[in-house]
Parts: sequence; structure tokens; C-alpha cells
Amino acid sequence: MNPLFKGVIPLRKKLKPGDALFQGIIYVLFGLFTLSCIYPFYYLFINTISSNDLSAAGYIKFYPREIHFDNYSKVLRISGLSHAALVSVYRTVIGTLLTVGASAFLGYLFTKKEMWGRQIWYRSVVVTMYFSAGLIPWYITMHNLHLTNNYLAYILPTIITPFNIILVKTFVEAIPPSLEESASIDGAGYLRVFWSIIVPLTTPILATITIFSAVNQWNSFIDTAFLMTDTKYFTLQFLLWRYLNESSSLAALIRNSPDMAASVQNMQTPTSVRMTVTMIVVLPILIVYPFFQRFFVKGIMIGAVKG
Amino acid sequence: MGVPSGKLLRSVKPVHPTGRRIQNKHKLFLMALPFLLITFIFYYLPISGWIYAFYDFIPGIPLSDTPYVGLKWFRTMVENPTQTGEVLRVLKNTVAMSSLGLVTSVFPVIFAILLTEVKAGWYRKFVQTLTTIPNFISWILVYALAFSLFSVDNGVVNNILVQLGVVDEGFNFLASSSHIWVTMIAWYWWKSLGWGAILYLAAIAGIDQELYEAAEVDGASRFRKIWHITVPGIIPTFFVLLLLSIGNFVNNGMEQYFAFQNAMNKDAIEVLDLYVYNIAFANNFPFATAVSMLKSIVSVALLFAANTLSKAVRDESII
Repeated sequence: MNPLFKGVIPLRKKLKPGDALFQGIIYVLFGLFTLSCIYPFYYLFINTISSNDLSAAGYIKFYPREIHFDNYSKVLRISGLSHAALVSVYRTVIGTLLTVGASAFLGYLFTKKEMWGRQIWYRSVVVTMYFSAGLIPWYITMHNLHLTNNYLAYILPTIITPFNIILVKTFVEAIPPSLEESASIDGAGYLRVFWSIIVPLTTPILATITIFSAVNQWNSFIDTAFLMTDTKYFTLQFLLWRYLNESSSLAALIRNSPDMAASVQNMQTPTSVRMTVTMIVVLPILIVYPFFQRFFVKGIMIGAVKG
Repeated sequence: MGVPSGKLLRSVKPVHPTGRRIQNKHKLFLMALPFLLITFIFYYLPISGWIYAFYDFIPGIPLSDTPYVGLKWFRTMVENPTQTGEVLRVLKNTVAMSSLGLVTSVFPVIFAILLTEVKAGWYRKFVQTLTTIPNFISWILVYALAFSLFSVDNGVVNNILVQLGVVDEGFNFLASSSHIWVTMIAWYWWKSLGWGAILYLAAIAGIDQELYEAAEVDGASRFRKIWHITVPGIIPTFFVLLLLSIGNFVNNGMEQYFAFQNAMNKDAIEVLDLYVYNIAFANNFPFATAVSMLKSIVSVALLFAANTLSKAVRDESII
């Protein structure tokens, strides 16, 4: 049961005619909107696994026909694509680990009243949520730091995410202080307390942060557009954007790739490549989403209380 | 989280002897220092880039070799007619899209109120789960979906319209500049509506059920109950979010517009953030920096104004 609806008690037992009509209307409205949210994904999926001829002729609307998986096996052979997938996976894994670790540790440190200048440091981290120097000054700074065409540009700037730090700090403050005190009386230092007490007790919020950061990393593309000109730093999102905007170069790519045009029936077209790449980029999120939905919801709730 | 926070901690006397606490306060600071440095480098250091707005800076030439031009780039915004026209066009787009966003910010409220009226629990859960999915895909992916569904040559929507005889040939939804403001806000809500409703759903779930029962006994109709109980219950949440979006009036973000922009719709889609990007990549760095800088200052001013308003109206600050 979704936690949001706990405590919502159905009030009326018997439906009056007006109520029935009202219920009918909102059921249909929500049904239509829900359909509009998932049909695009479904449409793309059935088109990528159907015969490319039928797909190109616009016959695939509601169910797949002449199912095959050539699109996927061939698109993965496009030069640069599997490398871009690796870049995306790396930045997601490493970036997420670092930001979760940093948020947990810094969030914990900020709960320590005895830290020198705690209020000032905490506020100066939090206030960065509300202002930015602007796109171009940021770009120039990154350029001066030699973070253009550099993998570190994907990871370093996201290490400190103020929102995550607020979440952890709020969570740690709710842990009974007696737990920590007994440990420090036993001689445990801050690092030891953090590792053996704080980390295990904050697992739920760390899971929430993990999933938020991972989705953000996977979805980023503006940083690639700004900072990277060398193709070896391109991510899946950025390649997809290029494929969407440069159909002529995509067509050339298909012509020049070996065995792209191998079978006549399932010949790769710019459209089939675009759709397949879109599916490949979107699938990880669709697969992960159902398992982690409750963490997403928890994150926004805690954030709303504090933020 | 059930456990009272903050206040409980404060009442606990520190157990350490004074000497050790003084030592600890520096130790704690040193442990935080690397992270504070990262914060400084990536959030505060870029402000120093504002200096480029006062030089005839060209990428590749060191700043020390470029002439200082004072407020030249700020003055061109008002003195050079072409430049003024451009800035006004972009401001118009920004104001239009932000205003549409503010006006339609009641959508998630309506969504939440109607969804709680749905009787079947499984259907509420079904709708809520599936409508939040689009929030988690990037704008590039949204554009890719839009591309497949709406493109002229092979989009399913145009195919259906042509087959039904509604139009003779496919309508170019993506490259037209005539409806772009409305199209952009529609995509925005397609992506954000389900997610945006979650906070309101929680607010509604937090309303005391006895209020509804009492109203029921008094014979109140459903709409009276919504109007007199549900709506007042979620107004505070709505107000906070509204103020925050006023603070963000000039920050439309750029991902959505960046993904959807093309040569045909550029005039109507360029909001400030995107404009800054476009002029910078047309190699006018100092002007882009000047616009960036003004935008940041206006944005902080708006946020403070919203915060002051919040303090005056509800005695609580939003930041």
C-alpha cells in the first residue's frame, strides 16, 4: 500500500447517480493521462522489435509484428555507442558513490555542534541551492580548471549536492544521541562512530540519495554539451541528442557501418536507430523505477519538511 | 521520522571535558575542509568569472591582454537597437513561459484533489505510479519520444491525423514557432504533473479525517467538503511552492528548451538561459557573461522578495 494513502477512509458507502457520474469522469480522465504517460514508451518499444519495414510504413501502433531483435544487436555495434554507454555507466556509478559518501559524511559532521564555525559552513553550503554565478562564468571556471575534455568534470562538481546534505543532516539529528554518546565513551572517534553507527542507521536516507543521484547522473547531458568536444567523453544522452539533430550524419553512419544494411527487410534507417538508442537510454530507468519508487517518494517528503 | 529532532539534542549536556572539545572543534573542521573546498571551487569561484563582463574578452587570449571596457556590454543592451530587440524578445519568451508556469501551477493541486476522490485504492496507486515515470527521464529523452510521436514524416500522431482525414499532410509540431509556448508548458506538465502532485497528496492525507466526517453529518456536498476542508488544508504547501517559483521566475532552466530548440522555433523558444548559451557559443563571451550576471542578481533579488513576502504573510521563511 502506498504510504500516501494511509488513513484515507472511504466515506460514502452507496453511490448517488451524481457521484457515479463524477467517479466515471475522473476515472476516464486519469486513465487517459496515465495512458499518455506510458504509451510513448510502449510505442517506441514495439516499433524497435517489429519488422523495420512495417514500422517505417507506420503500421506498428498497438502491438508488435514480426518480432526481431536485430535493431538492438546492430545499434550496439555503431562505433562510439558502446563506448558512450560505458562512459554513462562509469559516471553514474562513480559519481553516485562519491556524492553519497560525501553527503553522508558531511551531513554527519554538520550535526556536531562543537565544529568550529559550523553554522557559517553549513549555511554557505545550503545557500548554493538558491544562487548560481551563471552558465558562462561557470563554463569559464571549468575551462580554467582544465575540466574540459576531462572525465573528472562529470564527477567532481556533483560531489557536493546541498539537498542531499540537508537530507542526511535532518536524518542524523533524529537519531537518539545516546547511541553516539555510549560509543564515544567507549573511546570511538568521529570516523569510527560515523562508520559503525551513523552509516548503518541512515541506510534508508542513503538509499534515497543513491537513487536520486544515479538518475541525475544518467540523465545529465548539459555538461557534456558544454565541456566535451572529444568524442571519447560523450555520454549516451549526448549521442542520442546528436542522432536526433543530425539525421544526415546518422544516415552516413549507417551506410558506412559494416552489416548495418545486411538484411533488406530489417534495414537500419535513421528512425530505427533513433528509436533503438532512445530505448537503450530509457530502459535502465524504466527497469529501476518500480523497485525504487518508494525511495523517490520518501526523498521528496523529507525534503519538503526541511527544505 | 517519529523521533523528535534538534530540540532533544540541544538539551543534552556535552559529555566531553572542555579541553577535548576545543581540540575536537578543529578536528571536525579539518575533516569537513576538503568538502568545503569543493563547494568553494564549484559554487563560489565561478562568481569571479563575472569579471569577464567588463573586458573585450575573446576565448583563447589571456584576460591580461584584453582591453578593459567598463560597462560597454551592459550598455549595448539598451543602446544598440538590434541588441535591445534581441534582449526584449528573449525577455518576452522568459516572462511568457514563466507566467504560464505560475498560472498552471494549480494543475498538480487539481490532480491531487481529484485523485483522492477516486474510490478504488488500486486505481489511485496505479495512476500515481505510472504518471510519475516521465519525471525521471531527461529532457533529451522526452524530446526523443516527442520526435517519434510527432515528427512529420513518420510520427504516429501525424499518421493517424492524415489517415482520419483531419489534415492533408503532417503538421510539423516540433518545428513550428507558433504554439511553442503552449507546447513547452504542455510537455512540462506531461513530465512533472504526477510528481508535482505527490506533495499535495501527502498534505491531503495529513488532513484530519474527522473534519470530513463532521461535514458529512452536516450534509455537506462533495464540492463543499473539497472547498472548505481540502483546499484550506493544502494552501500552505501551495503557497510555499508558488513563492519558490516566483524566486525562480528568470531561471527557466535550459535543458527543456535546449532539447526542443531548432532553427524554426528558435525565436519563440529562446529563454534567458538558452539565449546565454547560444550567444556564448556564437563566441560573444563578454556579452553572455553580462546577461548571466544580471540574471543571477535579479534572481537573488526575487528570491529575497519572495522570502520577505513569506515572512510577512505566514511568519515563516522559505529559505
